Amino acid sequence: MPEKKVEEKKERKKNELLYFAFRNVKLLIGFVILVFFLLVAIFGPMFVQYEPLDYAGPGYRSPSAEFWLGTTTFGQDVYAQFVYGLRSSFLVGLLGGGVATLVGLLVGFFAGYKGGWPDEVLMMITNIMMVIPTVALLIIIAAYLPYRGVVIQGIIIGLTAWPWTARAVRAQTFSLKQREFVSLARISGSRPLSIIIEEIAPNMLSYVFMVFILQFGGSILAAVALDFIGLGPTRGVSLGLMMQNAVLWNAIQLRMWWWIIPPGLAITLIVSALYFMNTGLDEVFNPKLREM
Amino acid sequence: MFRYMRRKIIIYLLTFVVAVTLDWIIPRLMPGNPIIGLISRLASMPQQVEELYAHLTKAFGMDQPLWKQYFMFWNALFNGDLGISITVYPKPVLDLIRQALPYDLMLTVPAILLSWIVGNKFGAFAARKKRLDNWVLPVWYVVTATPYLWLGILLSWALGVVLDIFPIAGAYSFSIRPSFSWEFILDYLHHWFLPFLSLFVVQLGGWAIGMRNMIIYELEADYSRYLETMGAPPRLIRRYAFKNALLPQVTGLAVQLGVIVTGALTTEIVFSYPGIGYLLNQAILQEDYFLIQGCFLFVILGVLIANFVIDIVYVFIDPRVRLSMGGDS
Repeated sequence: MPEKKVEEKKERKKNELLYFAFRNVKLLIGFVILVFFLLVAIFGPMFVQYEPLDYAGPGYRSPSAEFWLGTTTFGQDVYAQFVYGLRSSFLVGLLGGGVATLVGLLVGFFAGYKGGWPDEVLMMITNIMMVIPTVALLIIIAAYLPYRGVVIQGIIIGLTAWPWTARAVRAQTFSLKQREFVSLARISGSRPLSIIIEEIAPNMLSYVFMVFILQFGGSILAAVALDFIGLGPTRGVSLGLMMQNAVLWNAIQLRMWWWIIPPGLAITLIVSALYFMNTGLDEVFNPKLREM
Repeated sequence: MFRYMRRKIIIYLLTFVVAVTLDWIIPRLMPGNPIIGLISRLASMPQQVEELYAHLTKAFGMDQPLWKQYFMFWNALFNGDLGISITVYPKPVLDLIRQALPYDLMLTVPAILLSWIVGNKFGAFAARKKRLDNWVLPVWYVVTATPYLWLGILLSWALGVVLDIFPIAGAYSFSIRPSFSWEFILDYLHHWFLPFLSLFVVQLGGWAIGMRNMIIYELEADYSRYLETMGAPPRLIRRYAFKNALLPQVTGLAVQLGVIVTGALTTEIVFSYPGIGYLLNQAILQEDYFLIQGCFLFVILGVLIANFVIDIVYVFIDPRVRLSMGGDS
């Protein structure tokens, strides 16, 4: 086949995907919500008048011109905590989702391509890790860490959340391995690593991207749970810590809705947006699912 | 079938061994000496410090070689010795967990089962009903993205404080002692409802979405198309599709257990519900390491047992597993 024709075909395929991506309402809504919160996380802290943990003013104040989201029982600025907390949530999602996807890919590719006893051993580990609840493992690790930061939290979450990615990637690698084009590459003398990178991985790119989105959301939720149980960052702010403090200091009984609603609402919307994007992308990549 | 079960049991046993090993090894890998940390917190009670120090050194077995410590850990475990709580000194950890366990089971088991059943039924009902599906699906996505603990907070704020219909803390009123009387049971249910509701609702979304997707997939499978061309009534086709779609949902239950348990732990903290989650929270805030380790083991044990039950159920409902010997794990 002449080179030019292949290029043309690739180009057309890309345009087609973009066309369906822009037409997909779910994907667009998800994307807009996500970008909105991302902008708040990036630019929000520039409008902060007080440090998030400073005792800035009188406590127990509902939202006003001075304190946009009111103050906590101790007079901390809820807005400042919220925007900085949003930043740590995105950071945890990025790190946790990234590490989990990466480890899952490595284990999945290796096990699926090698087969034999490496596969057996890796899948045994994966199955064991899948049964042990991620958060139980996180609890026991985090409880013994004297200093915990957002970065460490994200990495630990990633290191415990990879198993289901690994399993799915392994299954796909396994089936792709038996296709003709992979056999052809093998016969023509390509090394395993380059076969995985050049032949197998590109065929899973869309899938990997979707996995990353789900892992991103899962990491944010795991971090919130961890913070709430009392294993959040030792110094710093996060949305989970905000809710932990709110419950600890009776914000529910005191009806301080401005303290309890924003952090959870932001997380719910961010994670829903990620789910929307995931389903939308699924429809974009998979012609069978496109709405007629 | 026996090969399938044997494989499963081996994996679960291995998982248990790994979990216990992690429970033993992680405290030892971490920086700092936990004993000194613990002792320093009890400095105000000098007469207990000595006793505690002796107990801790013995319990951690710090003077022994490592392999012996590991062996001793298992030995203690089989004798039901999970150490002594610092928070409620000197109560054995096992006793505290035993007290909390019934509250956990009464809360999580009905929530999991009911949401699974209702979610599947509703998901199957809404699939392929265009208008309903378009409205309901986004709602499910938002519901399933909600952190359990936040829904708990919202419910206790709205229904517990603002409307003041439900109590928002504890498993029963302070004025009542647990007993088998109507008064206690009603009071218990009254306290039980809100935590149950928040667990139930969040899970519901996930099951409904899963079932909807599976039904759509099954309705496009060859056998459905065949039945359709044969002129079978749509109800019959849907019934077949539902049966086939149910299997992945059972597997999904096993996969989701970890997330659900996490949700239950945090929900209990919101409602100060005296289950393992609340216990764990207290233990973490008080740095009560034995209690943390004990809770960890029981959470894993619970998940393992639930997984095992699901596997047995799977054997009964999936003829392929029941009849053939094979099957990957």
